Parts: sequence; C-alpha cells; structure tokens
Amino acid sequence: MTMPFYVPPEQMMKDRAEFARKGIARGRSIVAVEYVDGILLLGENPSGALNKIGEVYDRIGFAGVGKYNEFESLRVAGIRHADLKGYSYARADVTAKGLANAYSQTLGHVFTQEVKPYEVEIMLAEVGQTAADSGLFRVTYDGTLYDERGVGAIGGQDEALREALVEKYEGGASLATVLGWATESFQAVTEREIQVSEWEGAVLDRTLGRRTFRRLAEADFEG
Amino acid sequence: MTADGLLRGGEVTPSESFSALLRSRGLDPHWTAPGGGEVEAPEGTTVLAFRFADGVVMAGDRRATAGNVIAHHHMKKVFPADGYSAVAISGTAGIATELIKLFQTELEHYEKLEGHRLSLEGKANYLAAMIRRQLPMAFQGLVVIPLFCGFDEQEGVGRLYSYDVVGGRYEEIDYTSTGSGGRDARLFLRGAFQDDMDETAAIQLAVGALVAAAEEDTATGGPDLRRGIYPNVVIVTEGGYREVEEQLIAEAARTALEAQS
Repeated sequence: MTMPFYVPPEQMMKDRAEFARKGIARGRSIVAVEYVDGILLLGENPSGALNKIGEVYDRIGFAGVGKYNEFESLRVAGIRHADLKGYSYARADVTAKGLANAYSQTLGHVFTQEVKPYEVEIMLAEVGQTAADSGLFRVTYDGTLYDERGVGAIGGQDEALREALVEKYEGGASLATVLGWATESFQAVTEREIQVSEWEGAVLDRTLGRRTFRRLAEADFEG
Repeated sequence: MTADGLLRGGEVTPSESFSALLRSRGLDPHWTAPGGGEVEAPEGTTVLAFRFADGVVMAGDRRATAGNVIAHHHMKKVFPADGYSAVAISGTAGIATELIKLFQTELEHYEKLEGHRLSLEGKANYLAAMIRRQLPMAFQGLVVIPLFCGFDEQEGVGRLYSYDVVGGRYEEIDYTSTGSGGRDARLFLRGAFQDDMDETAAIQLAVGALVAAAEEDTATGGPDLRRGIYPNVVIVTEGGYREVEEQLIAEAARTALEAQS
C-alpha cells in the first residue's frame, strides 16, 4: 500500500492560492465605478456571446473574471438564490450583502475542501435609492470578502486599474465622464488601444425603474 | 445558507425553470383540497384584451366577489408578465394572484439566465402548462382562467391568447374576454371593434366594454366615480408594457357612462 506524502497545511494553502492566482491573472479585468445615477461595470471582452457581466436582481449586478464555466455557475447560483429569496419573502429582502456573504461562504468552502480551487474573482454591485446606499463587494478565489467604495476592480490587473481610477475619481460625475475615466484607465494599464466593439459594459441605473440593469450599446461609447 | 447551498441548485435542478427550482426545494405553491367540501373564496371577474393599431390593450374591472358578497372593491386583475407582455386573471383570486407572481418570476428568471426573453409563444405555452397543473383544483370549484397578450418582438405584431380550464391555449385574432361578465363584454366588442384603432379609441372601447358588462353582470364592478375606482387598462406595443394613466381612464369612464344613459 502506498502512503500519501505529508503536505503541511501552510504549503497546501500556498500552493492552492498560487494556482488560483495564476488562473485569474490570465483573465482580463473588470472595473466598477459609481456615477451620479448608479454604477458602471466595464470590462474588455472580445466575445459578444459569452458575457462576464450580468443582471442578478432588481438592483444587483454581477461581474466575474477567470475561468468562464466557474464564474458562470456562480452567476447562475446567485440568480437562483436571489429569485428564491425574493419570491419567498419580498423583493426588497434581496440584498447584495446577503449574496456576497453566500458567495464568500461558497468560494471559501471550495478553496479548502474541493480538489481544485475556483480560478475566479467576482464583483457584486448594488445601486441604492441614493448614492450613500450603493455598495460594491469583491469576493476573491479563497472567499475573502472586500467592501469597496466608489471604485472597484477585479482580475489580473486589478491593482493598477484601481490606482488609475482612484486618481481620477470624484463623486457625482455623469455616466459619460466615468465611462471616459474607465476606458482611459484600461488603455493606460494595458498599453494598447481598445476598439468600441471589444468592450462589455453595463450600468445599474436607479432612474430606470424596478429593474435597474442595462447593457451598454456601442452608441454609449461614442457619445 | 450553507456553503454548498449556493451551488447545490446547479447540480440537482434541471434547466432554467424557476418552478423546477422551487419544487426541488419543496417551496412550490400547491393547494390540496380534500374532496367533498365547498370553499367560497373570492373570485375575480371580467377581463378582456384586443388588438389595436400599435399593439394590444388589456383591461379588467376591479371587483372580487364571494357568492353574493362583494369581497374587494379595488382588486387588480391585469399585470405585467414581463417587459413585453401582460396577463389578466379571472376565477379564484387567491390562487390566480399566486400563479401570476410565479409566472412573472419564471419569465424574469429565464431572461436573466439565458440573456434573452422567451418568445411570446413560449410564454403563452408556459402559462398553459401552469393552468393545466391546476386541473385538480378546478374539480374542487377553484377555477383560474387567464388571458395573455403581448408584443411579438420577432414578428413585430401584438398577439392575444385565451385559455380554458384544462389548460387549452387558443390564439385569438381580434378580441377576447373571460370571467362572469366576459360574455357581455365580448358582445359589446363584437359590435364596436374596428381594425387599426388608435390608442385613444382603444382605451375608450376597453372601458366601454367593461361598463357594458357591469350593466348586465352583478359580479362585474363598473367605474365608481364617487370613490374614484376605475378599471385597469394596460397597453403593450413595440415600446413595451405600459399602464394607462388613471386620469385618461376616468375620462373614458365618464364618456362611456354618459353614452349608456
């Protein structure tokens, strides 16, 4: 009978984290920026069919980077969780904080218990009735949960993007302005020009009524 | 919610159906009635829908009855199903409103998971299956009959669907109605319906048909000018679902009542 080699837990966690980080670093980043009427989510995505940004509930949007099948299954799980809760109780009882906690639990569990950790990082954005009630939550591959304000970024180049955006960021800007900040930051960090058709963008706009999610069209970038 | 709770759904629930998800968690709404008993639950009455130049109109009176008692004076029977369709109910109110809520959630759930809406026919068929599942309750006297209409985004036209108690689904050409005053409303529509009406004429016709039904049927509530209770009228066009402002309905109601007296 062969005996498995002993691996100290510190080493195992380190190896897993490194594995997950490598997978995420290959993926392209997504940023979230608050503007006067809501929150902008923007990323680079040459595929028009496979989305990285999606609607979860009335006021909640989802963005994922890393392995597509993994963040897609998390997106679907989030929609199921939200719709079940909203149907059983009331629509107002579905919050990004509750969902972020569920994601954090799930990713933390997968990181320590499963054969391989998820190579994903996700962002949940919630637009409030006023800017003060809005929230950005970032969940990393090991289930660590971060609460961000104003500006957030996930993916391989998240640090550089966040720094570039924080420098420009001011509260109460228009959508066109924050879209300008975001596209400039992406092009500065990636050091190349990105075509209009290569962006994937969406907003959670509190002026749109019950369902605040709207995908950006090419016209939004040209305006 | 436990750690595996969030992902468990992905493994055990098939497809993008919200009802299947509810069933897998034991949360689906179901009513079981022991045989023989008689329940007197409030019932919603007259609803109608018809085509006009830009799309479809749907309207309903506001009364719910339980036997000879008026159970509710301002019940809502016409709802958005999603951004491009509307659904109206007649029959046992409690069951019907729960089915509508499930239908709405189902359509939105599908749209979010798949990234696009169901086709109009897909929505109409799904509603038929929901009514079919209610057949055992219909034998207990708790009947629910909906009407469904919407704007077909692929074909660019408005469409109407009526249903029967066993879940039969029928596409209607010009107009349809159901509920206790449905027959009277339909007679009125048959006389006054015209092709290519504009929006104002369509609102007037919808309210007129309900006033006519209220005249003949005690279970249908007419416009109540004293308390400010007016029928619900909604419109679905290329621009989507929209509720007609109460002020316009009130004006149409006054005109219809004057025309009648």
